[in-house]
Amino acid sequence: MLRYIFRRVLIMIPTLLITSALIFTIIELPPGDYFESYVAELQAQGEKVDEERLNFLREEYGFDKPPVERYFQWLGGWFVGDFGYSFAYELPVADVVGDRLFLTILVSFVTIIFTWLIAFPIGIYSATHQYSWGDYSLTFVGLLGLATPNFLLALLMMYFANRWFGTSIGHLMAPEFLDQPMSWAKLRSIFEHLWIPVIVIGTSGTAGMIRRLRANLLDELQKQYVTTARAKGLHPFKALMKYPLRMSLNFFIADIGSVLPQIISGAEVVAIVLSLETTGPLLINALQSQDMYLAGSFLMFLAILTVIGVLISDIALAFLDPRIRLSGGSTK
Amino acid sequence: MQTQTKPKPQGRGAASPDARPNGGNLLTVSGLRIAFDLQGEPHEVVKGASLRIRPGSVVALVGESGSGKSVISQAIMGILPRNGSITGGEIAFSDPARDGEVTDIASLPQSSELMRRIRGGRISIIFQEPMTSLSPVHTIGNQIEEALVLHTDIRGAAARAETEQMLERVGFPNPHRAYDMYPFELSGGLRQRAMIAMALICRPALLIADEPSTALDVTVQAQVLALLKDLQAELGMAMLLITHDLGVVANVADEVVVIYHGEIMEAGPVEDIFRKPQHPYLKALLAAVPHFDMQPGERLVSLRASGPDAATKGGKPAKPEKKPAEPAPSAPAILRVENIVKSYSIKKGSFFSGGSQESVRVVDDVSFEIAHGECLGLVGESGCGKTTVSKMITRAVTPDSGRVTYAGASGKPVELTALEGEALKTARSDIQMIFQDPFGSLNPRMTVMEILREPLAIHGIGGRAEQVHRITELMRQVGLDPRYLSRYPHSFSGGQRQRIGIARALALDPRLIICDEPVSALDVSVQAQILNLLKDLQADLGLTYLFISHNLAVVDYMADRIAVMWKGRLVEVAQRSTLFRNPRHPYTRALLDAVPYPDLDRPLDFEGIRQRPGGDGTGWADIYRPLGSDGAAAQMQFLEVEPGHSVLVRAGTSASEVA
Repeated sequence: MLRYIFRRVLIMIPTLLITSALIFTIIELPPGDYFESYVAELQAQGEKVDEERLNFLREEYGFDKPPVERYFQWLGGWFVGDFGYSFAYELPVADVVGDRLFLTILVSFVTIIFTWLIAFPIGIYSATHQYSWGDYSLTFVGLLGLATPNFLLALLMMYFANRWFGTSIGHLMAPEFLDQPMSWAKLRSIFEHLWIPVIVIGTSGTAGMIRRLRANLLDELQKQYVTTARAKGLHPFKALMKYPLRMSLNFFIADIGSVLPQIISGAEVVAIVLSLETTGPLLINALQSQDMYLAGSFLMFLAILTVIGVLISDIALAFLDPRIRLSGGSTK
Repeated sequence: MQTQTKPKPQGRGAASPDARPNGGNLLTVSGLRIAFDLQGEPHEVVKGASLRIRPGSVVALVGESGSGKSVISQAIMGILPRNGSITGGEIAFSDPARDGEVTDIASLPQSSELMRRIRGGRISIIFQEPMTSLSPVHTIGNQIEEALVLHTDIRGAAARAETEQMLERVGFPNPHRAYDMYPFELSGGLRQRAMIAMALICRPALLIADEPSTALDVTVQAQVLALLKDLQAELGMAMLLITHDLGVVANVADEVVVIYHGEIMEAGPVEDIFRKPQHPYLKALLAAVPHFDMQPGERLVSLRASGPDAATKGGKPAKPEKKPAEPAPSAPAILRVENIVKSYSIKKGSFFSGGSQESVRVVDDVSFEIAHGECLGLVGESGCGKTTVSKMITRAVTPDSGRVTYAGASGKPVELTALEGEALKTARSDIQMIFQDPFGSLNPRMTVMEILREPLAIHGIGGRAEQVHRITELMRQVGLDPRYLSRYPHSFSGGQRQRIGIARALALDPRLIICDEPVSALDVSVQAQILNLLKDLQADLGLTYLFISHNLAVVDYMADRIAVMWKGRLVEVAQRSTLFRNPRHPYTRALLDAVPYPDLDRPLDFEGIRQRPGGDGTGWADIYRPLGSDGAAAQMQFLEVEPGHSVLVRAGTSASEVA
């Protein structure tokens, strides 16, 4: 087992290297750089451009050097915790991202837990009561959640949260805590605000997961070993928990790897609507203004999260399913 | 719970059970009706069935698929599917452990506590398919012990000890290790043994065995039957054996109940059933099974022609036999297989430790010839490599070494293994296959017309009108109505689908057809029809067959010569009659000994089966063993013991040593 994990971790290294090269190339692809779009923006506003300063900055950040060299510089920086410099914020990327990354992970994590808590019981109920009224109505609500645009739901929830609970509009915390160092009061404020984005981001994922769990469980319920369990005299509920549910967990675990980046990237629009202090809006801005180190580092964080998510789900799957753990695949 | 006092209603056409209420019987089913809800329409599948099981006896419930026999067992266990329900009748179970107190299972809610106590504790069941009947992610120890913990007070280490004891009792060589093994680590036979252990660990009064040996190889089947018989005697339990195999019935059952379309046709002691069958359905069933004492030219009588509703449907009358004359030994070989070898590499060891590659020879130096117009039977158990041989002949798999030579219509032999491009395509149209699974081998999204036209289109034969004409002709040839051409495969029964598969194989006017277990997925009656059809086609079209099967009786019925395959090698080749009369190789003998005959005068030698476990090579004389005592591979060669009869032995063995 240890050897397997070791091997899996080793495989992550080339994966991430290739990803970083891809990210860098794609960001390099559009013509020009941050400074050109900056100049264009200033000129559009009729302001004067300090050519000298721009040239100084270009040289300072190595924009006169070939892309390959800059790539390796950027990559090398990662190993010493230097993710590059954000031109737009005129701050090191680490400082710009730091807090937001923590909040992003927090929102995503709570969303995933929320999704599971809701989807599990409903999925099980729907599968065991197939074509009943309960199944139909829960399916209807789920599909409604799937179909409602997230931003609309976000606006509605914000309005009602403000009307009923007096929660301040937008943001992940009360305005007075913005840009403040972390404190207990701030954390509490964050949790007060957290549920809105969690519900908004979580609904579509929940609806999808209910459908998948229902379909998987229905498949498993047909299987002969379920009949065997019933034939043993096992209570139907216990039998359900021990056998088919356990089997349909596989897809659940396998999902972790993809759920993580999905929730993070799917939440951007919502984050803008709700003005959340997560990474989403930052990433979109950075991409628009060709703030390349900021954008590139962001995308790398996402890539790392994805790879780690897949690793976790692979290890969990191996623990859960002896067929994966014990049998080697035969090859032709 | 309800104590039964009133007299039971009599089922239509049923054997009448004891007149006294549950008089001395362990279980009486009376007037049982079960209906399934199909899209809102109730559909009755069991129509007033009655039967009784006496304590300690074995009752066989015999019928074809769809006859309702499994549904009755589900009703007794209280595990009917959600859309099924008991609409009438009683199932009176009188538990000897509770002084014969009678419980009407039919009136108990399926998940009531009392029903759950009976289920698995007092009545338990084993199923046909041991792979899918066990959960793949729980150890077998865990699954067996679960039943014990549910129904007894035994817990912890004692429960584990009891489970291991049961595993040992059902024949696990190392029960301590087996406890922690997962089903996929076990062979089919061991899985079924684990299933038996699970069913019997609570010492039930009644065991329902639903086709317990159908999915197993014939030697394994014999062992499992022997085990069931032993345990049944040892634990003094009764057994309800559900099967379609009259051979199994003749060897295991005390009483027989024959069911057809949800109605009991005939019931009685096994002696009466086999020696004096009364009902036409039972007579027809007995005539539809191929057996080894058939005269040359004797035909199977297909069941539908004499089933209860024969008068209205009218089966095809049996044609006078047109068996081709036994091909003269000098008939030119249409196919010659020479020393073909195929190895697969298998990753050994666990997923986490990387593991090492190991090469397994699935086909090892196989050579044979098929003469023009002949039917060569290839017999062997699952995994012996017989299907791989067929794939190599059709070039679906390329052999590692060896040659396959085919003599086409021109008579000039070509080497199939070396053909490429156009020449291979032409040769392939001459060699066609019929597959085992009539459900999986037809594309569900194509109509019959499209399925049959595909080979013609691929080989660019004829225009559209010509193709349609040919297809219509094919449909007639295989006994299907050409009006069905626009239907999809799902609207056909298994036998009809197999006919479509045969028509597809015939579409290109092949000369050699490889039949890979063509009837093993079919019911006895349908099997007889398909076998007769294949025989007729062979005679009418001058076809040559390579007939692959694990069922010796079927091969015996079809083949002129038979080749027996064991672990990738041919071990014995002989004329059909010679092989069965005078088998030489110990594996052939083990196979023949393990076949259950539907004949009371030829019972299985259970004692012998217990002592000589199967065909795994243990206990064979040295001359037959491919591995020496030091584990090194011995040089093996074929020895002709009589004309046309060869046996694989160690090099240097003389004919007199091959007893």
